[in-house]
Amino acid sequence: MDYNYLSTILFLPAAGAIIIAFISSKNEKAIKWTAFIFTAIPLILAIYLFCAFDRSLSAAGVIQFEEKYLWIAPLNAHYHLGVDGLSMPLVLLTTFLGFLAVLISWKVHLRPREYFAWLLLLETSIIGVFASLDLLLFFIMWEIEVIPMYFLISIWGSGRKEYSSIKYVLYTLFGSAFMLAGILSLYFTTGSLSIPDIANGGLGMVQAIMPAGAIFWLLFIGFAVKLPMFPFHTWLPDAHTDAPTAVSVMLAGVLIKMGGYGMIRLCVTMFPGPAQDYAQLLIILALIGILYGAAVTLMQTDIKRMIAYSSISHMGYVLLGIFALGQVSLTGAALQMFSHGIITGLLFAMAGLVIHNIETRDLRQLGGLARQVPTMAVVFSVAGLASLGLPLTSGFAAEFLIFLGSFNSAVVNNMQIYTLIAVVGVVLTAGYILWMIQQAFYGPPRDEFNGVKDADGLEKFYMYVLVAVIMLVGVYPAVLTDVFKLGISPIARLFGG
Amino acid sequence: MNLHLFVPEITMAVVAVLVILLDLFVRQKAVLRGVSIIGLLVVIGYSLAMWKGMDCELPAFIFNNMLAVDNFSLFFKILLAGIAILVILASADYASKFTRFQGEYYALILLSALGMMLMAAASDLISLYISLELASISLYVLVSFLKDRKSTEASLKYLLLGAIASAVLLYGMALVFGVTGQTQLSAIAGSIQAMGLGGLVDSPALLIGIVLMIAGLGFKIAAVPFQMWVPDVYEGAPTPITAYLSVASKAAGFAFILRIFYSSFGMPDWLSQNWGMIFAVLAVFSMFIGNIVAIPQTNIKRMLGYSSIAQAGYLMVGLATLGFASAGAIAGQSTILFFLASYTVTNLGAFIVVIAISNKINSDNIDDYAGMGKRTPLLALALTLCLISLIGMPPASGFMAKFYLFSAAVQQDLIWLVVIAVINSVISAYYYLRVVKVMWFGESAVEDKIPSTAAPRIALILTCLGVLLLGIIPGLLMRLAEEAGKIFGG
Repeated sequence: MDYNYLSTILFLPAAGAIIIAFISSKNEKAIKWTAFIFTAIPLILAIYLFCAFDRSLSAAGVIQFEEKYLWIAPLNAHYHLGVDGLSMPLVLLTTFLGFLAVLISWKVHLRPREYFAWLLLLETSIIGVFASLDLLLFFIMWEIEVIPMYFLISIWGSGRKEYSSIKYVLYTLFGSAFMLAGILSLYFTTGSLSIPDIANGGLGMVQAIMPAGAIFWLLFIGFAVKLPMFPFHTWLPDAHTDAPTAVSVMLAGVLIKMGGYGMIRLCVTMFPGPAQDYAQLLIILALIGILYGAAVTLMQTDIKRMIAYSSISHMGYVLLGIFALGQVSLTGAALQMFSHGIITGLLFAMAGLVIHNIETRDLRQLGGLARQVPTMAVVFSVAGLASLGLPLTSGFAAEFLIFLGSFNSAVVNNMQIYTLIAVVGVVLTAGYILWMIQQAFYGPPRDEFNGVKDADGLEKFYMYVLVAVIMLVGVYPAVLTDVFKLGISPIARLFGG
Repeated sequence: MNLHLFVPEITMAVVAVLVILLDLFVRQKAVLRGVSIIGLLVVIGYSLAMWKGMDCELPAFIFNNMLAVDNFSLFFKILLAGIAILVILASADYASKFTRFQGEYYALILLSALGMMLMAAASDLISLYISLELASISLYVLVSFLKDRKSTEASLKYLLLGAIASAVLLYGMALVFGVTGQTQLSAIAGSIQAMGLGGLVDSPALLIGIVLMIAGLGFKIAAVPFQMWVPDVYEGAPTPITAYLSVASKAAGFAFILRIFYSSFGMPDWLSQNWGMIFAVLAVFSMFIGNIVAIPQTNIKRMLGYSSIAQAGYLMVGLATLGFASAGAIAGQSTILFFLASYTVTNLGAFIVVIAISNKINSDNIDDYAGMGKRTPLLALALTLCLISLIGMPPASGFMAKFYLFSAAVQQDLIWLVVIAVINSVISAYYYLRVVKVMWFGESAVEDKIPSTAAPRIALILTCLGVLLLGIIPGLLMRLAEEAGKIFGG
C-alpha cells in the first residue's frame, strides 16, 4: 500500500476549508461546489478503502492502510494513522455524513464562506479521531473539533445558541481535561504514545507503577461526556437543539460516536481488568440513560429536542453493549453507533426540513402533513421506524445484537436482568416515535399548511440515499458486522469471548 | 579574557547608545527602529553562531565567573532579542503617540532587554542583582512613557512595589551569603552540601533567605500572592510595554529562578523538594486566582494581565517538577523553556492585535471589540488563534507547551497538580472565548475598517506563524530547549 489514502481522506476536507477561506464570500456557488468536491473525494476514497479492506479471518485485529512517521522526536510521538475493523466503518460513516452535510447545508446563505470552512474542518478532525493510532494525535484531533463546533453553533444556530455553544465547549473541555491527565499518565507509565503498542503490551507496566483503575477513569470521563453518558448528558439536548441542521447531523451522527469509539479503543482494550471490575456500575448508568432518556423524550414537544433526547437513550444501548464485554454485544454496540449515525442523521435532516419549510418546530402545532408533504412524511416515518428498531432496518439489527449479546454475556454478572430492563426502553422508544410521527404527519390535514413545499430534488436525493443505507444495513448487516468483527474479536478475546 | 564571548551584550549596549545619539539629528524616527532591529538581529545571529560552537568552548565563564556563557543563556539571549524585535515592530504606530523621546523609548527597550539577558547569564548573586536592577529601572521608565494619569500611577506603583521586591530579594541574598559565605552560585551549592542535611535543618537563616528570594522573584514573574501590581500596571502602561512586560519580564524571571534554584539549591533532595512544594502551592494559587479574577474583567489589558498570572502558575508547575525531580535529573527545565517560547509568541501576538485595534478605537474595553470579525477579519482571526493557544487547545502552540510541561510533571508523580492545572485551562476557556464571542458574534455600531501599517503586520505574521509552527511541528524547538536545559544535567 504505497499511496497514503488515509492522509488524503483526512486532510482533503481541511484543504478544502483553506481554499474556501480564500474564495470571495459573494461567490456562494464556488464555495459550495468546493465544499462538495472536497467532501465527495474523501467519501469515494473511503468507499474504496472499505471495499479493499481485507476481510479474511487472519486480518482480525490487524491494522490496515497504516502510515507511520516520526513526528516529535523528544516526545516519541508519531504521525500514525491506520484503521482496523472497528474504525474503518466509522471513517466511512464520517465521510458519508460529511458529504451529506454539505448537501444539507446547500440552502445556507448566511456567511457561507466561514460556514463551509468550519464544517469541513470539523470533518477532518472527526476522521482524525477515528484514524489516529497515536495518543497525542488522537487527543489533538479530539480537541480541534471543539473550535468549529463552537462557531457553527453560535453563529448559525437558533434559540439560545450562545449559551448552548459555550456549554458544549466547557463540557467537552472539562471531559478532555481528565482525558489529557489520563493520556499523560499512560504516556508516563508506558513510555509510549502508540495506541496499538500500549494495547498489546504496555499494560503490565501500567499496573506496576500507577493504579490502572485511576487511569481508566481519567480517560473514561472524557469519553463519557462525549457519548454522553448519564449524568454528563445535559449539554447534548441544548447543543443538538440549537445547532444548525447539518451540524446536528454531524453531531448526532458521528461526533458523539467518538465517545463510544474511545471507550472501546482505549478504556476496554487497554484496561480489561478495570473495565470488568466497573462494568456493573457502568451498565447501571447505561440503563438509567436508556430509561431516563426515553422518558424525558416522551415529554418533549420541540421536534429537534425530542430527537436529541432520544440520542441519549440510544447511546445508552451503546454503553450497555460495550460493557457487557461480549463479542456479540460489542459488535452490536459498534453497529449501533453506525446505525444511530445514519438514522439520527436522517431524522435531524428531516426535522431541519420540517422547520425550514413549515417554519415551526413545535409538534403540537403540526398535524396532518402527510397530505401536503407526502415524501417528507414517508421518509420521516421510515427514519422513525428505524429508530425504534423495526426489523429490516439497521436499528433492528444493531439493537438485536446488543440485547442478544448482553443477555448471553458471561463476563459480567446479572446481565440477563439488566438486559430485560433495557428492553423496556424499546417500548418507550416506540411510544415517542409513533407519537411524534402521528402528531406531525397524520390526523386531519390543516388548511394553514396548504401550499407548504415538499422536499425538492436535492433533498430527495440525500433522503433516499440515507434510507437506502438504513435498509441495506438492516437487510444485510453482515456488510458491516463482518468488518466490525475483525476489530472486535481481539478485544473480546481479552475477556475470554 | 575572552571578550568575544561578550559580543551580544556589547552590541546591545552600543546600539542603545547609538539610538539615543541618532535621535538627536535624525528626523525620520523609523530609522531608529531600523537601527535597533538590525542590532538585535546581529545579537541573534551571533548567539546562534556561538550555540553552534563558533570559536568558543561552551560552557564558559567570563568576568571572574560573574557571567556564564552556555546554551541556557544563549537560548534566552535569542528569545529576549526576538521579543524586543517584535515589541519594537509592534510599537511602530503606537510610538507616534509620544511626540518626544522616541529615541529614548527604543533605547530603554534595548537596555532592559540587555539587563534581562544578563539576568539569564549571571552566575553570581552580585551580577544577578545588578542585571535585575538594570532591567527593572528601564522598565519603570517605560511604563510611565504615556505621561497621563494612569500611566504615571502605574509607573509609581510598579516602582514602589518593585523596589520593595528588590529589597526583599536582596535581603534573601544577604542571608544566603551570610550563611554560606559565598556569592558564586556553584560555590553556594558546594557550601550547602558541606553543611549536610542536619546543618541545613538547623540553619533557619538560610531557609528564610531562600523563602525571601522566592518572594522577591515571585514579584518579577507575577505569581500570587505577589501579583497585585499586575492589573494596574498592565492597564496603565503603553500597550507595547505591557506586552513586553508580560513576556520578557516573565522569561527573564524564570531564567533567573531556574539558574539560581538549580545551581545553588538543587541539592540535597530535602531542600529541593521543599522549594518544589512552595512553587507547587504558589502555582495552584496563581492559576486559580488568575483565572477566576480574569472572568469578570471588562478591560482586555487587565484580563490579559490576570491571564498572565495564571500562565505564571502553569510555568510554576514546571518549577515544582524541577524541585521534585531527584538531583541531577533533567526534568522540567526544557519544558519551561519551551513553554516560555510558546507563551512569548502567543501573548505577543495577542497584544499586537490589541495595540492595532486600540490605536483605532481608542478603547481597551472588551465590549468595544464587538464586530471586529467583520471590521478586521484578519486581526480578529489572529487574536482568536492566540486566545485558543492561551487556552491550550491544539493546533496552537499553547497545547504542545502544556502537554510537554505536564508530561514532565506527571513523571514526578505530580498528577494532582496536573489535574488542577488542566481544570484551570477549562476555566480559562470561559473568559478567553468571551472575547472571541464578542469579536465574531457582536454587532458594532460603526463598520469602518481598522487600518494597520506594515511593521505591526510583519510582527503579527511572525507571531502567528510561530504559534502554528510550534503547535504542529514543535520537535525542533523542543530539541533546542533540551540542549539549553542540559547545562543543569551534570
